[in-house]
Formats: sequence, structure tokens, C-alpha cells
Amino acid sequence: MSQIVGSQIVGIGASPLRKEDLRFVSGRGHYVADIKRPGMTAGVFLRSPHAHARLKSIDSAVAQAMPGVLAVFTGADLKAANVGGLPCGWGITGKDGKPMKEPPHPPLAQEKVRHVGDAVAFVVAETAEQARSAAEAIVVDYDMLPAVSGVLEALRPGAPAVFDEIPGNLCCDWELGDAAATEQAFAKAAHVAHVSLVNNRLIGNPMEPRAAVAEHEPTTGQYTLWTTSQFPHVVRLLMGNMVLGIPQHKLRVVAPDVGGGFGVKQFHYAEEAVVTWAAAKVGRPVKWVCERSEGFISDAHGRDHVTEAELALDEKGKFLAIRVKTLANMGGYLSTFGPNIPTNLYAPLLSGVYTIPAIYCEVKVVFTNTVPVDAYRGAGRPEATFVVERLVDIAAMEMGIDKADIRRRNMIPKEAYPYQTPVIVQYDSGDPAGCLAGAVEAADVAGFAARKQASLAKGKLRGLGFSTYIEACGLAPSRIAGRLGARGGLYESATVRVHPTGHVTVLIGTHNHGQGHETTFAQIVSEKLGVPFANVDIVFGDTDKVQFGMGTYGSRSLAVGGSALARASDKVITKGKKIAAHLLEADEQDVDFSAGVFSIAGTDRKKTFEEVALAAYVPHDYPLEILEPGLEEQAYYDPVNFTYPGGAHIAEVEIDPETGVVTLLNYTAVDDVGTVINPMIVEGQLHGGIAQGIGQALFENCVYDDDTGQLLSGSFMDYCMPRADTVPSMKISTHSTICTHTPLGSKGCGEVGTIGSPAAVTNAVVDALAHLGITHIDMPASPNRIWRLIQNAMLGRAAE
Amino acid sequence: MKISFKLNGKPVEVDIEPSLLLSELLRDKLDLTGTHVGCDTSQCGACVIHLDDESVKSCTILAVSVDGRSVTTVEGLASGEGVDGLHPMQRAFHENHGLQCGFCTPGMLMSAIDFAKRHPKPTEQEVRQWLEGNICRCTGYQNIVRSVLAGAAAMHAAS
Ligand code: FES
Ligand code: FES
Repeated sequence: MSQIVGSQIVGIGASPLRKEDLRFVSGRGHYVADIKRPGMTAGVFLRSPHAHARLKSIDSAVAQAMPGVLAVFTGADLKAANVGGLPCGWGITGKDGKPMKEPPHPPLAQEKVRHVGDAVAFVVAETAEQARSAAEAIVVDYDMLPAVSGVLEALRPGAPAVFDEIPGNLCCDWELGDAAATEQAFAKAAHVAHVSLVNNRLIGNPMEPRAAVAEHEPTTGQYTLWTTSQFPHVVRLLMGNMVLGIPQHKLRVVAPDVGGGFGVKQFHYAEEAVVTWAAAKVGRPVKWVCERSEGFISDAHGRDHVTEAELALDEKGKFLAIRVKTLANMGGYLSTFGPNIPTNLYAPLLSGVYTIPAIYCEVKVVFTNTVPVDAYRGAGRPEATFVVERLVDIAAMEMGIDKADIRRRNMIPKEAYPYQTPVIVQYDSGDPAGCLAGAVEAADVAGFAARKQASLAKGKLRGLGFSTYIEACGLAPSRIAGRLGARGGLYESATVRVHPTGHVTVLIGTHNHGQGHETTFAQIVSEKLGVPFANVDIVFGDTDKVQFGMGTYGSRSLAVGGSALARASDKVITKGKKIAAHLLEADEQDVDFSAGVFSIAGTDRKKTFEEVALAAYVPHDYPLEILEPGLEEQAYYDPVNFTYPGGAHIAEVEIDPETGVVTLLNYTAVDDVGTVINPMIVEGQLHGGIAQGIGQALFENCVYDDDTGQLLSGSFMDYCMPRADTVPSMKISTHSTICTHTPLGSKGCGEVGTIGSPAAVTNAVVDALAHLGITHIDMPASPNRIWRLIQNAMLGRAAE
Repeated sequence: MKISFKLNGKPVEVDIEPSLLLSELLRDKLDLTGTHVGCDTSQCGACVIHLDDESVKSCTILAVSVDGRSVTTVEGLASGEGVDGLHPMQRAFHENHGLQCGFCTPGMLMSAIDFAKRHPKPTEQEVRQWLEGNICRCTGYQNIVRSVLAGAAAMHAAS
């Protein structure tokens, strides 16, 4: 690892060690659960053990009288206090032109509970133990109702209605693309590949459970909420403005160190509102820390699609059209971005990296008696990639075309960018064939046949799986997002505050919860302003310190926030030139700036960045009509387009046919993430993202009992997380094309791993089993599932 | 009840409820919040500390059971200030990008140090098997494994 000294300029493309590491390896990180406030109390939620029931009565008299108990609150208390429902930030419109059904989402259940884990009451006591005991003493009289957890069941005639006012459970029947053109293309196809698949439901499980601490100062009306959030400003806006009616200037939301997010922490959750409201009611700070088993039934889940898809091809294997029908599970309420994920972040990616003239996609968005479903790392795009890449493999198998070849034949050529797809998005840059070539080489695809033979000799089945994919990220161009139903713009902001000594504090609206922003963003400033890396600090996550910002999700921090930072830095240089011109008695146009020095071209007259910074703050002879004191600049950046990272992933697996156990032997990824600021951090993001995709493909599965709606995978014992001994070492490299519309040319790298990998791993598993006539397996490809597939295939063969 | 034990090399005496877990004692009563709690089923390893020099999950043992013994937490690893004062394993995690959000890191470090003490020259496979009890959601483990290999080497080079 490079040893880089912080007293140097450390710019774009270097891999300095992370600034944030020291506090974390020292055990001095500052997470919400670590917070103690004077007089702090503990809050515990009582949650529904039933998936669907009418709330007849809640009797908390005994609980209220228990030792240490300060208060017990229910949905009725919130209603009486006019507390609003949790808002959905994205509205979609159905085929019929009507808006989606948007039922209320009370922070504590009213009248009905709609999933196991729906919060029914909140107990505040002196200690968490006392609050827990009191919660157990609350008597809730439930009138049990039949529950429905799967999308197919929820749409069946006569299915229990999650909302009485929405019989049939359909939130929205949505479409994208040209149905007629797609129909025509299918009519003249030489071959149609078909797949029925389930995209398995996942639980994000960042290692830090969610938590909230809130306090209220009655003399000023000031509230403070510390929360495990990826977007504190948005929580302040949604909660303050729409749920609790707290004026924005009286509400401070702080998201300090946050232990991973992956989307799970980018929603405004009921608990944030209840804890904040309760702090004012009891007149003391309140702290709630989610237990892991509680998180399983209250963190928003991800994925959960049932899909039928077809790919039409001509006789040469050229793609003519894709047709997709998806049922997407929304759970029991609409979460902050819920309806946007299986629609706007899904269907526009169905063109993949291919030229596909016609695409049509229908999505039915469905309510069920399960935890709300929303974005989880990748959010919609892994699901789209999985559909496309599975179809491509099935077509190749059925038509006898090499799997790399069929991809090459259909890829958008590098020269064809910018490329307008038939489904809204226009890719600005990319080189999918270049990525594939790199991955084929790095994965030694040429040597695969020999390796397969060697496996066979040991009685093992070996398979190779490709996934060439693209995603849309850098959320989001507000103009496009608005057209797609976003109820707010999605720009990002940065302030560059130069101190009189030339040290720099950056205030930025994104949030760092593992991505290394304190390092990467400091590199951008170090390069731009020519100041030592050690002299730049990044501040984020506190609405009292940082101007409004949208936070971190959708691989947006660098592409959108980094762009704002680059622009703000440029403004600092512009103003610095004015100051230097004044100091050097020169014309502003004649001032050059490079590597931290302002100079007059063709002379030896110059001022360092530090000299200019000091002069900015101690002026006594400024031409005040054209130059203000101070050196601090701000930029709000709203991108004109999404960014489109992509790449080629190749997985190699070995299956033991006796047990069905899959061993992932090799994983190779060549990704195009645009300009790389810090290669070490990008590689780390890819490792983590790919591991999560491997988790979806091989291990993770959120399962509900069909009859009762009980969560069957409700702990780390039943929900199988990737572990050190089940994830391989991966070979990662980049093959970048430059994003044409962001100032730094970066595309983003947070989600690529999770988007590309489930298809690569699943394709490898199917490849290993192809000789048995198996063309598809649903995720996770567990030993049990594989073993049964093999047995059935062999039985089928025997019967033939 | 009253217990006394050594914590990061210093004697402490506390009066506690018999039902208190060691993780709760460390975090809530003694303000050593570097030890994290990531689950309620003893599955994640975020809470690993050393008890008499052996790594244990502090969420699985009662605080009273450390009476008369010696406890080391992540806060007790470094011998001085700044990066230079870090324990070789902490330094290895820093130098090999073995952490992202940092939440699993204290438990990883404590597990890794115990392992490395007894395995001066471990293989990658041994490291992966040992860390099976520590979940990390961020890193995909690759750089953690690299860190542990480097940390083990550094620990034994130093001794
Ligand atoms: S908190 Fe101890 S193992 Fe998870
Ligand atoms: S670094 Fe985030 S859980 Fe390991």
C-alpha cells in the first residue's frame, strides 16, 4: 500500500490511507447507540406479533404503573396530537393515467396492524430493561385477520385486503415502453427465450442496528434528533414538515458515524418520529436502540419480484425485443422510495448493454402483509440485470451460441455512445466490449474447458457465468426524476470554507457511512486547490452545520456531491484570483492558478494559496464594490443525466452433485466507474458490493410463512449472511470511460458490485448444470435447491 | 453486587446487577463504547473482547463472571497516540483498507489478535475459517483477510 504523507498534495487517482480509519480502529467512532444525554430515558417499541389483525383495544394501565415507567404511547395518542403519517417521496402513475394508491402510514398502528413488527405502542422508562418489562405487560386485544405475504396470493380474487379501502391489493399497474412495437418484433422472431423467475426478498442488515436519540428544549422549542440515517436533511424535511409539524429552524437532525447503510437507512422511519415526539412529551431525552431481531421485522426489505420475461431474437442471435411482466411486493405500507424502485429504477435498465430495438415492461406493485419493501443496494437495477442476463444466457444455451459471443454480437459499440435506449435513458459513455474482453482475459476463460475436465475427474460440476451489465446511478437529474414522479429535486450541495491559514473545511450534504468520503473528498480539494491533504477536513451529517443536502444513496455521493464540491472549489479559485489580482496589482484575467500558487503569467510575481487566504480575511484596502472579504464558496449541483457505470463480471463455480453444495472458486470483475479518485476505496466498494450480490445469489433469503405471515428468517441463524469463509477472493480491475457530463468524469461505484454479481453467479451455477437440461435456478442457489433440481433432472432423464 | 477486575490494564471496581451482560457493563456503565453490539443471538462478533487474553463475545457472558479477571477492549490496544501508537493489528487494518463503516472493526481486531497470537504464519484459508464468527457487511472480507495476514506478520516481527 502506498505510503502517502498528508503534508503533500494528494490528488485524484492516488490511494492515500483513509483519514477516518484512526477513530474506528481505536474504538472511538461515534455512533448513535453510543450517545448519552443528561437525564436520558430509554424507549422500547411494542410490535405486532401478527401479520394482519384489527386492533380492538390496547390496555396499558398495568404497564404505566410499573417501576420506572414514564409513559406509554399508542397510535391513538399520536392521532389526538395530530401527528401525520409517514410520507412517500415518490408517486408513480398507472397505465390508466391514475396515481398509485397511497394509503396512510401512521407511525404507530391505528385500527389495524399490517405486518409482523408493525409498531403498536412505545414505552418510555428510566432504563431499557424497565421499558421492555412494561411493554410485555401491555395487553393488546387483536382481532386476527387472514394474512397474505406473497404477491401472487395477494392478487388472487378474494385475497385478504391489506387495506380495507384497496380490495385486490393493487397499488399501481404500471408500464414502460412500446407495447405494439414489441409485439411486432416478437411476431417475426426466429427464437424466443423465456424465463419465469423470482428475485428473492432480502434484508439489508447493515451491521449497526438502527437507533435514535431525541431531546427537546421547551424554552426555545428546539428539537435535536440523532439518527442512523443516510440523509439527515431529508429526515428533517419529511419529519419536521410533514409528520410532526416542527419548523425546520427548530429541528436539528444529526447522523453521526453510521455503521453501514446499503439503502436500509435512507428512509424516514416511524421510530424517528415517535422518539422525537415522545422526547417533548416526557420532557427528557429519549433513546431507542433497535435490537437485531427487531430490525429483521422493521427495517425496510429489498427486492421480492415475481417475473415472466421473454427475449426475441433473429436467426443470427441478434436481440429484437424484450417483454417483461413483474409483480413487485411493496409490503404493508409505502416506504419513502418504495414504489419508485421496481418501476423507475428497474424498467429503464432492461436494455442492459445491448441494442434492443423494442422493450415493453409491465409492473404490478402490490400490497402484502409484510415489512415495507424499498431500496436495498442496487435497488431495481440488480433485478433488471438479473432478468436481462438470465434471458441472454438461456437464449445462448437454446440457440447453441457461445455465451460471450452472443453478448458481443449485441453490445452497444463504444462508438455508438451516447446511446438512446427505447426506455427513457440515454447512456452517455461506455465500452462494454472492452470490459468483457478484459474480464475474459483476467478470468482465463480460455483455460476453463481444461478446468472443467479436471473437476469432472473429481466428480464435480464446474460452471462459468457471465454478467455484462449497466446501471443508472448518481441520483438524480431532478428534471428526469420529476418527470418520473419524484416529489423533490435530487441535487447535492457543498461549501468550501477556506480558513485564514489556508486550511479548508468542506461542508457537504452527502453522508459517509463507510464509503471513505473524508478521504476521497479531501483528495478532490487537495488537487483542486493545491492544499496539503492533511489540511482538508470534511464535515457532514449535521443539519445545523451543513446547508441543505440530499444525502447518500444511489451511488450519488461522488457523481453528484463530488461535482458540487468540484464546482465550489472552482468558485474559490475564481475569487482567489480576484484577491491575488488586487494584492499583485494586476488584472484578474492575467492571474494563473496552479498547484496552490497564484501567479502573473510571464512574471515572477506570485502569491501562495495561504497568503491569499489570509488576505481574504484581514483586508483593509479592498475595492469593496467588486471584492468582498472572506473566502468561502458554495455550489449546488443538479446533474443533467444519470451516470451509467457498468462492467463485465465472470464467476466460476464448482458444484458437488452429491450434496448440491456450490463453491465459488473465482470471481473476476472489470468495471467502468468513470474517473477513479481513490483506487483503493473503489476496490473496497466493489469487494463489498460483490459480496452482497453473492449473498443474494447463494445464501440470503427472506422467507415468510404463506399462511400466517410470520417471518421465518428472522435472525442471523436463519438468514444466511455471507461470511469470511463463504466469499472468495476477487479479482477486481477497472476499464473506465469518462462520464461526459460530470465535472470530474466519475460515474459512481457503490452499487455496481451488487448489480452485476447475482446474475454472474447464477449463470455460473446454471452453466454447471446445463448438461442436465437445466436452464434456470432461482436465488439463492442453496444446496437443497440444487440437489433437488439435479434429482428431478435425472429422474426426468430416466423416464425418457 | 460488587466486582473488581482489570480493565485495559487498570483496576476497576463496580457495583452491578447480577443479570448485566459484559457488553452492557462496558458500554453503558463504563463508557467504553468501542465494543459494539450488532445482534441479539451471539452471531455477529461485533462485541468481541479479550478475557484473560482470549477472545470472547462480550454479549454472551455475564459481567459478574469477570470478577478477579482481566478484560481488554479495543480501547486498550494502542500503546500511544496517533497511527504510530497503534497495535500492529490496528495498523494493518488501516494500511490494508480492512474497514469501511468501522462497526465490525473492534470485534474483528480483537478476534484477529487472539488468532494471530496463536498462529504466527496463518494461511488465507485459516484466517477465513477463524473469522467465520465475525460478520462484516461492508468489505466482502477480502481486505480484512489481507489485514489479518499482514497484522499477524507484523505482530511476530515485532516480538
Ligand atoms: S453482539 Fe455479540 S455476537 Fe453479536
Ligand atoms: S466495515 Fe462495516 S460492517 Fe465491517
